[in-house]
Amino acid sequence: MPIPLNVLDTRREAREERGPAVPPTEDVREKVFELEAKGEWLVQRVPDPWIGVTTKYGRIKKIPIARTWHHKSCGQCGHIPGYSTAIFWLIRKLGLDYNDPKDQTSCTAWNYYASATSNQGAQAAVAMRNFGAAYESGYFPMIHCGTSYGHYKEVREELVHSAPLRDEVRRICDKLGKPFVMPEEIVHYSEWIYAMRDEFAKRRVLDLSSIDVTVHPACHYHKLVVEDAIYDPDVYGGQRTAVVSSVVTALGANVKDYSTWFDCCGFGFRHILVQRDFTRSFATLRKIDVMREEANPDVVLTHDTGCVTTLDQSQFAARAHKPNVGIPVMSEAQFAALAMGAHPYRVCQLHWHSTEYRPLLEKMGIDWRERWREFEDDLERLKKDDKAYLTWEDADA
Amino acid sequence: MVLQARYADVPIEEKQRLFDQVKADERFESYLYGCYECGICVAACPSARFYDFSPRKIAQAASREDLPMFYEQLNDDIWNCSQCFSCTRCPRGNNPGGLITIMREVSINNGLTSAKNALEGYGRVVYKIMSTGTQVSPDMLQPNAFPDWGPHVQEISDNLALWRRALPPDTMHTTSTAWEVDDKTLTELYLIWHMTGVLDMIKQVDTGLHMILNDVMEELLEEAGFTPE
Repeated sequence: MPIPLNVLDTRREAREERGPAVPPTEDVREKVFELEAKGEWLVQRVPDPWIGVTTKYGRIKKIPIARTWHHKSCGQCGHIPGYSTAIFWLIRKLGLDYNDPKDQTSCTAWNYYASATSNQGAQAAVAMRNFGAAYESGYFPMIHCGTSYGHYKEVREELVHSAPLRDEVRRICDKLGKPFVMPEEIVHYSEWIYAMRDEFAKRRVLDLSSIDVTVHPACHYHKLVVEDAIYDPDVYGGQRTAVVSSVVTALGANVKDYSTWFDCCGFGFRHILVQRDFTRSFATLRKIDVMREEANPDVVLTHDTGCVTTLDQSQFAARAHKPNVGIPVMSEAQFAALAMGAHPYRVCQLHWHSTEYRPLLEKMGIDWRERWREFEDDLERLKKDDKAYLTWEDADA
Repeated sequence: MVLQARYADVPIEEKQRLFDQVKADERFESYLYGCYECGICVAACPSARFYDFSPRKIAQAASREDLPMFYEQLNDDIWNCSQCFSCTRCPRGNNPGGLITIMREVSINNGLTSAKNALEGYGRVVYKIMSTGTQVSPDMLQPNAFPDWGPHVQEISDNLALWRRALPPDTMHTTSTAWEVDDKTLTELYLIWHMTGVLDMIKQVDTGLHMILNDVMEELLEEAGFTPE
């Protein structure tokens, strides 16, 4: 059964009566600036203009609008390329400046959480190398992957509280010739999407009022360094992160509740690669089945690499014994792009997804047959070497 | 006690040595504040639903310094954890998932057989991330690697190079890495692995992989004028 919202209303009333509370956690960003004042590192400022959003305990977080350095996700770029492409497309659609770097490695945290074949120093050095590269470019880091975002926030906490770790990593950055820089904020792309949702809504070209959505909040977004995630009292009474859900509402679609929203997707880091019986079982039994039973959505939207992969890919094998599966899965970036008229194949690259998505496109008013024919024509031109690559101009042709 | 009868042949001194390594990690103190035994972590834990696994027991054993149970967990439990950190919902502020991260590191550093078993089949992933800087690459999408993901994996595999060319972002036309990574960037990453002892960790669990990684890294590092320490 869905969580009764009157409970949340009661909590909200109690909170309003009580007045603003002192956040139970320190504001690590203050420590970041203190360390800068002591000459320990540089702090890369969020570039103007930025938008202030509210985090879990009422603090304001700055989200840069433009001049962003895109810390890409290996899982998104590798296996769900329409995810990354849709993020870039949204930025371009708003005419904003960005940097898609080659001087970037993965955060390597997927491997760390899966195999532990790394350590605190190495993980912090990888983070600071990437932050140094962003600083050198003059653009501000925006993290595409939920795990990279959560892990980098852990790394920030560890560096702030450990002088020996700072010394170790500073020495490494010196050897690499990279500046030792901590960004003023650690920003996930879904926070930018949240901050810009009204801009997307203005540019929406599809009527989504008949589209029901269930949202899976990504664990490493809201369970690691929890105080830094975005919350809004108007979204589930401030009891769940507001990213994704607010975007769905702004775009005119319907957020549907389900009881296992807090559960992880079943990704497991190690499990998704070498022990997928667990991943499949959890994804279908605790997430997809429950969503179908309680909300019967047209689509599942989430905001992280592993969640899209797990929830989407796990449904195929489950079809053998579970007729209840079959809900398409994508990121809110892809969904927002579709709503704004992005091509489902040239931009959102839905042919890389597993679970049947075409009925959803039809319900959204997208002629997927015609769009696929266009994409097949693109592929023919590429095959004939008429052109080397599909370009951004082709994507919007 | 039946549970603690396992690994009774391992000397208590060895269990103490490994526990001391976990406790010596500077994160340990901020991951453990005592345990109410309320079970909120277990209710939130995905692995607890499908394995004989309990984040509460992890926090309990660590706080009581229950060495026999700790050693059993080190060998039989920690690799079941999903590392989702749902257990951080703990009202005491414990982080059982974080404790497990430390325990896994200790397990790798000491080359425990259970760690080698848990990572069997995982070597190609370690190779990919350490040698290319991106963990997941398009060419990993092969039907023999992901048979349970359905026939579309075959379709992706058959069309891989062409479909990658049909991506508008300039950095994503690659097939063996998730995006195009500069050689200089890779050199810097290799230096990080060397300088932080990660290659030594790999050696503890997979000597063959360690040798291959060393060879791959050596060339680029030498070209860039670095001599690995």
